[in-house]
Amino acid sequence: MIELIVIAAAGFLLLLFTFLRRKTPARLRPIPALTRLYRVIGLSVEDGTRLHASLGRGSLLNPRSGATLAALSMLRYLAERTSVSDEPPVATSGDPVLSLLTQDTLKAGYEASGGGDLYLPTTGRLSGLTPFSYAAGAMSVVRDENVSANVLMGNFGAEVALLVESAERVDVPTLGGSDDLSAQAILYAAAQEPLIGEELFAASAYLDAGPAHTASLSVQDVLRWTLIVILLAGAVLKLAGMF
Amino acid sequence: MRVLTAAIAVAIGLLVLAGYFVPALAGIQSMLLGWAMILAGAAALLGVFNLISVHGEKFLRREKGTLYSALLIVSLFATFIFALFLRPDHAAIQLLVNGIILPSEAALMGILTVTLLYAAIRLLRQRVDVMSVVFLATVLLILLGSATLLPFGEVPLFGNILRPWVNNVLSVGGARGILIGVALGTLTTGLRVLFAIDRPYGGK
Repeated sequence: MIELIVIAAAGFLLLLFTFLRRKTPARLRPIPALTRLYRVIGLSVEDGTRLHASLGRGSLLNPRSGATLAALSMLRYLAERTSVSDEPPVATSGDPVLSLLTQDTLKAGYEASGGGDLYLPTTGRLSGLTPFSYAAGAMSVVRDENVSANVLMGNFGAEVALLVESAERVDVPTLGGSDDLSAQAILYAAAQEPLIGEELFAASAYLDAGPAHTASLSVQDVLRWTLIVILLAGAVLKLAGMF
Repeated sequence: MRVLTAAIAVAIGLLVLAGYFVPALAGIQSMLLGWAMILAGAAALLGVFNLISVHGEKFLRREKGTLYSALLIVSLFATFIFALFLRPDHAAIQLLVNGIILPSEAALMGILTVTLLYAAIRLLRQRVDVMSVVFLATVLLILLGSATLLPFGEVPLFGNILRPWVNNVLSVGGARGILIGVALGTLTTGLRVLFAIDRPYGGK
């Protein structure tokens, strides 16, 4: 019952804030990784290099699909902004369903920017089906395909270290975020611009994906503060021996 | 067409979600998830075709890494044909898996260990701030706490007091905070898909 109330409340707040955000745009705190992402998108278009987006190996059939869906939102934005570049962006993934959605998202991004005929199906790739084969396949893209920036967002495991390392070897900056704790720790240590915790889900809002995305951040804040109040109240009640 | 796709996706999403709360819809939920599994299997086949087309194109264009692309395609077809005729549980196919795939993955695992160590060493060169110092200090503390000081057993203070405290109090608290953030992000992302605001299945 509690789950249903939380989902219903979040849904109502999302619609409400989306309506409000259409009138008053949100002011967002700067996140260095996303500021850098803006810059690398511009640079890749200007100097004729390509972006490599890797969306991890998260399936859409398990609870980890949230990070994957957030990564697809971000990919859509990247495709829209860089489809006019001489070198189209390449997206790799380690799950077959995600690979199909990657192709569809890239295609939709190209069509939205008016370059639908420039879309190449081979730019959305399944690089491997196991964690390490996925990493090995994606590593070769970073190394061989004139990549100027590496964007890793989605569900990864420890294999993300291999991806970051291969980018580091060819002096390509890496921006990365994951919903997995071990991958987050690795990205914090190895990537130049890591995204911590829920920052991964904020990416699309920072990239001007629309009022619903900034409204999502407001909903998350409301829910987060509610949880904080409940946790503190619970602790106080426990200390007072009433709970 | 795009409206129809969105309507189908939203309707199925709502039915699956409702299946968790309305017992009468559990059967429909289970059936829809079964269909999703079958589609995922078909997607795996399409993924293999994608792999062949990417590497086939690389080979035909003589791009960098052509040799590896050719090797991948030959290996893929050879494995497929052998497994088709001999069956996947045949000793020769098992030898192929145990002799090539497992050692390759184990080698990558070994490289991963070295990579992680190198990343930790490089961290302060990349970002000099308080959090990086705390991160490295914690790594060292946990390593010391996990190491054995032969012949005396675990390192005193680190092994029996500091490591369990960091593991059970600090890191659990931090991990829960991060996971709550991830869960809230997942919730709002899922709702955007349910409301057809985000359409990862295509659409402008």
